[in-house]
Amino acid sequence: MSIFSKHLPAIHVEHHKYTAECPTEKMPLPDKLYISMLQHIGAPCEPTVAVGDHVKVGQVIGDSEAFVSAPIHTGASGKVLSIEKTMSSVGIWDLIVTIAVDKKQEVLEDLSPPEVTDKESFLKAVRASGVVGLGGAAFPTHVKFNPKNPEEVDTLIINGAECEPYITSDYRTMLEDSELLVNGIKTTMKHLNLKKTIIAIEANKEPAIKKLSDMVKDEPGIEVFTLKSVYPQGAERVVIYETTGRVVPPGKLPADAGVLVSNVSTIVALQRYIETGMPLVSKKITVDGNAIKNPKNVEVLIGTPINELIGFCGGYRRVPKKIIMGGPMMGRAIYDDSIAIIKNNNAILAFDEEWATVPKETACINCGRCVKACPMMLMPTTIFKAYDKKDVEALKKLNVTLCMECGSCSYVCPAKKQLSFMNRLAKQLVAEGGKK
Amino acid sequence: MSRYNQGTLIVSSSPHILDNINTTRIMLDVIIALVPAFIMSGVVFGPRAILLTITCVASCVVFEWAFEKVTKKENTITDLSAVVTGILLGFNLPSSLPYWMAVIGSFVAIVVVKQLFGGIGQNFANPAITARIVLMLSFATPMTTWPLPKQILEASDAVTGPTPLGIMNMGGNISELPSKIDMFLGFTGGCLGETSAIALLIGGLYLIGRKVIEPTIPVVYIGTVFIIALIAGQDPVFHVLAGGLMLGAFFMATDYATSPLTTKGKIVYAIGCGILTMIIRLFGALPEGVSFSILLMNILTPHIDNLSRRKIYGGGGKK
Ligand code: SF4
Ligand code: SF4
Repeated sequence: MSIFSKHLPAIHVEHHKYTAECPTEKMPLPDKLYISMLQHIGAPCEPTVAVGDHVKVGQVIGDSEAFVSAPIHTGASGKVLSIEKTMSSVGIWDLIVTIAVDKKQEVLEDLSPPEVTDKESFLKAVRASGVVGLGGAAFPTHVKFNPKNPEEVDTLIINGAECEPYITSDYRTMLEDSELLVNGIKTTMKHLNLKKTIIAIEANKEPAIKKLSDMVKDEPGIEVFTLKSVYPQGAERVVIYETTGRVVPPGKLPADAGVLVSNVSTIVALQRYIETGMPLVSKKITVDGNAIKNPKNVEVLIGTPINELIGFCGGYRRVPKKIIMGGPMMGRAIYDDSIAIIKNNNAILAFDEEWATVPKETACINCGRCVKACPMMLMPTTIFKAYDKKDVEALKKLNVTLCMECGSCSYVCPAKKQLSFMNRLAKQLVAEGGKK
Repeated sequence: MSRYNQGTLIVSSSPHILDNINTTRIMLDVIIALVPAFIMSGVVFGPRAILLTITCVASCVVFEWAFEKVTKKENTITDLSAVVTGILLGFNLPSSLPYWMAVIGSFVAIVVVKQLFGGIGQNFANPAITARIVLMLSFATPMTTWPLPKQILEASDAVTGPTPLGIMNMGGNISELPSKIDMFLGFTGGCLGETSAIALLIGGLYLIGRKVIEPTIPVVYIGTVFIIALIAGQDPVFHVLAGGLMLGAFFMATDYATSPLTTKGKIVYAIGCGILTMIIRLFGALPEGVSFSILLMNILTPHIDNLSRRKIYGGGGKK
């Protein structure tokens, strides 16, 4: 954290990339798909099919009029069994379209590559592909690719950092779909008029760095950038700073700093649609954790229940006590393993009792480790003390809204304080306090 | 296949993995770092030095346990912080101090300074330093009577004598000063744990190596003392080795609760400690200023913290 360093503060977290050398396996069709209408940030989709309808592979089953949204497709043919309102895992109402899979995999007749000639038709294709930020944020890509200040945006950053422990699905994507990735970059650069692309990959993914460097060495404007293997290099603001030195001011978007950031799988899914007409209907998922019998990377249809995915990986080796959607640093613990995969899932991790136990919090000893760890250079210990006093003014001064909940501060805290969680509560408090 | 849900799954907030560091482990490292100086105190001042430190440790732990018992607070003696306070207090006493006075010191450190202000991490001043100063004000003579190292003892009739800084302060004969080697090893008069620079240095480097402390405070503190001594036309090496500077810079000034959080704050704080130490040494009535300087800077720490908020990401200049 030296004041002379060119890097943002970061921490060392064990990588646990056990599945790195596991080529992606395709999971057989499940009997049913449970497709959520809430798979992105923005307006949820309304079902465009009715109970009893026959659906085909690639068909739109949910869409919305709203600008900030993306259509949802089915990856299997079959019959719509039900459309039901349920409580989603984040505690909001969600509609689930259940499809009885007929295993015939009839593909939609008019599924063909879209015509992409200029920026407008490109953005239309991006929306039609159903692609959202697959790195985790799930922000509709066509919105991101259409900033208010297109003339100021000159650089595309392809985020292949994958700094979360355990997850290797992006790494597998970079190795297995490298052609789609490079072509996707070229398509995007062409239609969005971008001069430069930086593919940012963490140093621990040597083979991906090598393969992509070889592929782009004759491509003007595309380069591969090796990030340090520390956490959280893949956080949007961090990857922008580390690759370009640019800073996205608080409350602003990357486009305001002249960059667009896109995850590797996002670009691959987009290019697949542009080349084949097949929208986003499946995902590469890393299934790992010490409660999983055969950890591996799996290509799975969106809507597949998690317990069936785990069944494909040999089931549970031990009684699972915690199941996480996403990585261990920022992923969400789920309360039911029968919920289904959505677009922005990239890992399912299951841990046994020993791992899952949450250690007891003790008193803050003011050691400053959290302050040193924070990539945004916030002061988590000071923030949580202000939050305890419900001091909204102090929280604003401490810039708590800049916290990206990366979890670094909680990770290093010897007192086991749930700092990033308290920051989330503090951000809510500031948001509420701001309204009054 | 069987389904796992609400009843069986733990749903907690991310991150789901944590570093295996904890408060007890940190305190254990500090204790390990203090062992060389502890052994040297026995070598230099004899078994009474060892017994006095053990008295402090035992009474600190008992006071912590008893206070938490009486106030029905959760018991925290297993975090080992009371043991650390006990050792540091012992190190700051002359080896001849009556045991009961050491027990009073422990009471001040643990009950008054630490627990009444809310326990670990909440105290505004370093417990061991505050206790030392309270003892000094209450029992001036026994607190400033320095038994001589055993070596010297065997060669002369005197049982006690001045510390090197005392000799300087009284305008004494420079030839009476102990050699640098003796000062480096610790064979001089002084508080029982502060004399051996080499032992404290080994411990301090261990703490830095284990990332328990950052080098900022000790380096800047000692550096400031060195430079001021140089400017004042005095022997800088003497000033670095003398008094409680090594103990203070590595083990007392770096106390988490009472030193600033940011690097910038730490630099300001350590320069302040260095300047105050030298002002007291050069112009004060007291021969030694480390304890008072650290105490004063402890009190300023919250203000330094407030003024040295670092620039957040995107909050202006980037370096
Ligand atoms: S890391 Fe934990 S114990 Fe250390 S200052 Fe931050 S909150 Fe306090
Ligand atoms: S969770 Fe927030 S406060 Fe903690 S390290 Fe990450 S950005 Fe900083």
